[in-house]
Amino acid sequence: MNFDITTLIPVLPEIYLLTLASVVLLVDIMLRDDQRLLTYILAQAGLAAGLVLLLVLPGEGKTVVFSGHYVRDAMGDVLKIALFVTAFGAFLYSKDYLRARKLFKGEFYVLGLLALLGMSVMISANSFLSLYLGLELLALSLYAMVAFDRDSPAGSEAAMKYFILGAVASGMLLYGISMIYGATGSLIFGEVSKGVAQADRLVLVFGLVFVVIGLAFKLGAVPFHMWVPDVYEGSPTATTLFIGSIPKIAAFAMAMRLLVDGLGGLHEDWQGMLIILAVLSMAVGNVFALAQGNIKRMLAYSTISHVGFLMLGVLSGTPSGYSSAMFYAIVYAIMALGAFGILILLSREGFEADRLLDLKGLNQRSPWFAAMMMLFMFSMAGVPPTVGFFAKLFVLQAVVGVNLTWLALVAVFFSIIGAFYYLRIVKLMYFDKPDSDVALEAGWDTKLGLSVNGLAMLYFGMFPASLLSVCQVTFG
Amino acid sequence: MIALSDYLIVGAILFSLSVAGIFLNRKNLLILLMCVELMLLAVNMNFIAFSHFRGDLAGQIFVFFILTVAAAEAAIGLAILVVLFRNRRTIDVEELDTLKG
Repeated sequence: MNFDITTLIPVLPEIYLLTLASVVLLVDIMLRDDQRLLTYILAQAGLAAGLVLLLVLPGEGKTVVFSGHYVRDAMGDVLKIALFVTAFGAFLYSKDYLRARKLFKGEFYVLGLLALLGMSVMISANSFLSLYLGLELLALSLYAMVAFDRDSPAGSEAAMKYFILGAVASGMLLYGISMIYGATGSLIFGEVSKGVAQADRLVLVFGLVFVVIGLAFKLGAVPFHMWVPDVYEGSPTATTLFIGSIPKIAAFAMAMRLLVDGLGGLHEDWQGMLIILAVLSMAVGNVFALAQGNIKRMLAYSTISHVGFLMLGVLSGTPSGYSSAMFYAIVYAIMALGAFGILILLSREGFEADRLLDLKGLNQRSPWFAAMMMLFMFSMAGVPPTVGFFAKLFVLQAVVGVNLTWLALVAVFFSIIGAFYYLRIVKLMYFDKPDSDVALEAGWDTKLGLSVNGLAMLYFGMFPASLLSVCQVTFG
Repeated sequence: MIALSDYLIVGAILFSLSVAGIFLNRKNLLILLMCVELMLLAVNMNFIAFSHFRGDLAGQIFVFFILTVAAAEAAIGLAILVVLFRNRRTIDVEELDTLKG
């Protein structure tokens, strides 16, 4: 058998990430505790170099390698670039937080890079096998990151809950996959979608139900959302930042690969299931968020409602729906990154900013970052001219385009309810008096990152076409 | 000759047992971990049966991967269990309620 090294070129981003994670791990072992900054710089420089690599890698059309288990296509390329950028931001924001809490360990970066590798594999998966392996690599790294603060009872409890529910979700997903494998006789998505036509419909739909349940668990859609608020609240904010933003991009890719590439022939079956999940997620997410006093829990419920929106784009089943969902996933990841970044900025040694009241009077303490937080909140609520408005608009257009106008109306109704709790934060920041007048302490790098992040909300809101056209090209 | 459906029924029974175990058990976290393992083994049963009756090897290869991942998962699960026990002095499911989910 001949082996041609050039077949590995499409897999280069994953090979690079694995090498980077291993190098960071090895270098970190040699360092003393006071040299830990080197690990951080190495990880960040590695991510930046990886981003350059992604941008210069030649890529036309669709390449399938590893006997059909791995695919490189335009959607994967764009999502991976988004992945690297958000991961860079997440590491940047969490540095000061981790240092203040004596959690500034190399393991955080190694686990983060391995999670990134898992997501990257998920994005490029072309068979159930590679999708499952990527998913598990992501999940196992995240379990460890949630329990990262070893001495925190809440952290270990959250990790345990996340672990049990995540493992059950994997089990459900695998059971569904085994049924679909039995019905179609293949694990490769392309062949599965060909086999769907002749296969026994009952077995297929039976498998599909389990696959959708597993997917809903991983996405955190109602009624499989119980873990989301607990994990967000229990884990250190640096981990919440990581879990809350980046995996949403991978979850979108997973939904696309599984439901569209693999089971596209069953579109009418999964469309109904996703409608139920989406409506419930938007309802429960937005209504429960109103009652939260803890801002991390509030953002958790807000994630749930955004996942509902994301599903609207996928369930429409048209190229414009897919591109709008992709736009939504990328925008949401950047938005969540910024919002959690502000929480990290407010926390300092021995103090966690996790109550809504901790944001009181932020305008008097730092007008600039209050304005940034306002941009993130407006964007999440979907207020123009921020990018969140366009993300919601495109998804709704796609849904109306397939004659599900009632669904679009439900979505708009629940977003209006949701606007209340986002705007309440703006009110707390601008119209209430601060409890403490301690100045915000953060490095220039974090401040610069947050400013760029906040202004990006505005920039993409003014010129949404710049990002949208990239998403549209990927779906032809 | 044992038919494919018989294997699938065994798989389904094992799977239901594990799901029931996870949702009914309110006492010990270790039992939860065992149920998770049982769930993955039920899936393996399905894969092997399908693979054998369809004459396609991919299913059996998938099983190897599931077994490997299950081992890694058990390692992480037990590590979290140890951390939890150090912090809380209990692995009782009902006492995991400081985060109201």
